[in-house]
Amino acid sequence: MTQPQTIVDKIWEQHVVHSEQGKPDLLYIDLHLVHEVTSPQAFDGLRMTNRSVRRPDLTLATVDHNVPTTDRTLPNPDPLSTQQIEVLRTNCNDFDIPLWDIFDLRQGIVHIISPEHGLTQPGMTIVCGDSHTSTHGAFGALAFGIGTSEVEHVLATQTLPQSRPKTMSVEVTGELGFGVTAKDVILAIIQRTGVDGGVGHVIEYRGDVIRNLSMEERMTVCNMTIEGGARAGLIAPDEKTFQYLRGKEFSPSGLDWDRQVENWKKLVSDDGAIFDKSIVLDGNNIAPHVTWGTTPAQSVPVSDVVPNPDDATTASSRETAQRALKYMGLEAGTAITDIGIDRVFIGSCTNGRIEDLRRAATIIDGQKVSSSVNAMIVPGSGKVKQQAEEEGLDVIFKDAGFEWREPGCSMCLGMNPDILLPQERCASTSNRNFEGRQGAGGRTHLVSPEMAAAAAISGNFVDVREII
Amino acid sequence: MKEVKQVRGNAIPLNRADVDTDQIIPKQFLKRIERTGYGEFAFFDWRKDDDFITNRPQYQGAPIMLAQQNFGCGSSREHAVWALEDMGVEAIIAPSFGDIFRNNCSKVGLLTIQLDQDDVDYLMSRAEELPEGEIVINLENQTVMIGSDWSRQFKIDEFVKHRLLNGLDDIGITLANEEKISSFEEIRSIFLPSTDQAGQDNLKIN
Repeated sequence: MTQPQTIVDKIWEQHVVHSEQGKPDLLYIDLHLVHEVTSPQAFDGLRMTNRSVRRPDLTLATVDHNVPTTDRTLPNPDPLSTQQIEVLRTNCNDFDIPLWDIFDLRQGIVHIISPEHGLTQPGMTIVCGDSHTSTHGAFGALAFGIGTSEVEHVLATQTLPQSRPKTMSVEVTGELGFGVTAKDVILAIIQRTGVDGGVGHVIEYRGDVIRNLSMEERMTVCNMTIEGGARAGLIAPDEKTFQYLRGKEFSPSGLDWDRQVENWKKLVSDDGAIFDKSIVLDGNNIAPHVTWGTTPAQSVPVSDVVPNPDDATTASSRETAQRALKYMGLEAGTAITDIGIDRVFIGSCTNGRIEDLRRAATIIDGQKVSSSVNAMIVPGSGKVKQQAEEEGLDVIFKDAGFEWREPGCSMCLGMNPDILLPQERCASTSNRNFEGRQGAGGRTHLVSPEMAAAAAISGNFVDVREII
Repeated sequence: MKEVKQVRGNAIPLNRADVDTDQIIPKQFLKRIERTGYGEFAFFDWRKDDDFITNRPQYQGAPIMLAQQNFGCGSSREHAVWALEDMGVEAIIAPSFGDIFRNNCSKVGLLTIQLDQDDVDYLMSRAEELPEGEIVINLENQTVMIGSDWSRQFKIDEFVKHRLLNGLDDIGITLANEEKISSFEEIRSIFLPSTDQAGQDNLKIN
């Protein structure tokens, strides 16, 4: 009998082009997503060495990181961003790579557009010069972020030399309580594992809570895998995955569809498959989370208080917590619900999909944004924006006082004009609360779309379970 | 990629854990399309504090950086490696590293050395009194030494070591297997998606 395998083993073996003792395996890459920020130097490298793009037909480019989210028929105020976007256009043109450009309805955050058009499918290997490529693992794909040297490598060869990663099982059992979301699940996981608990591993998320998540919620979980240190995280495909993909532009159809679904069904970890590391979380105990510090692991339930650094178990974590509190302008012992906010950002590859906007809208409907808060909603893609407008969500948001923007990464990383001012405090649905991430000196609290929406209305954090 | 055989010099003791790549090179500098010139922007926000470690005169041009666990976590931006390289760093010693960052370092030719926490703490404690460059890293022997009184062996992926020692270009190595890539493509499933038709305009009507 053959050895029981994990999903990662199965996908890996289907993609090994070449294997040699003492060397990393050479893996074939099924889809390479490209954006304006991490690719210019890779294309330069190709030109300098006279190499071409091996498979433009397995490559897709878009602009997302530094595009303005305001009226794009107006000139871009930032000459450097304009240049970077222009350079991507030239590169895509020169190397025959399809580009979903700024006025294309399909433009949007790279990790949102690929799944929504059916390009992300189970069992594929997917890479992009962006650490949140782990998002695509929600479909049972092996997907991870790469650096610019590797972008050049994939462009030139459609392969990557990779050492086989270790595997880690993260099982979330039970059932989520009312008002508890996928964002809270992943924040709770990272709080437990720490920001480096997944280093060197690919995570497989399992258990009833994960099974019961929608595809969009699964993407939220897989998206933040890198914040726990693992380069990739995935979920076995199931009927929900197939339903999501059925009829999408790039999904197989007819007999091809039936055949692929049969193949996809095999992408489960076999009974008895061994993981290098395993943790189990009780989903019943997960509450809505709010980060209080400057790493995504520094979070507490909303009903809790800002922790005391003196309670930290090691000198190093005490120091880290002290630094974080100083940066965040917070006192230990402050109730999370007593923290007032200045800004709200709903969007990003973590929470910028249509379901996220729908859930935010249920909280916002008929309410007004607090007079002390500036709040914006940035749909993850042109398609998400269009869908939201068809459903009238934009009207709900605008009536409440939210700004309704054009799609892009926006204030998740503030490469465009959407940034926090020093010391501004933001309830954000994005993925990183690092120092200065949303603007130098800005203070980020990571939360779910529901929690962000509720905070926008109250002007401070509220336990969303008390208002829905 | 240039060859890396030995790194000798003083070490910058950046005594912080979980230093993310956003700190190493903030976003506003990622708009540049060049591959060089990032050094002056390294740790841009932290450097605003005159007392920040990389501002101290004795560490200017130091080829080794000491850091605490999970150095280089977060964003995949290779600009972080380019920034360190550009400020003169050739090797980083820490108890652990972010995966993508470490991988990027290996492509650029920056040596990442993982040592036990106690050993990193020991080096941190001695870095200041060793300004004259007595730390020697030897890749061939996989050792970190201070003079003749302290020495530690480190582990490194054999193939990364081979590439660094010889300054080998990864793409060149892969393309030596070009036939294998072509054979793989011949048997690759025809049901997998292609972006071939994705380029057709789908413009918004404004």
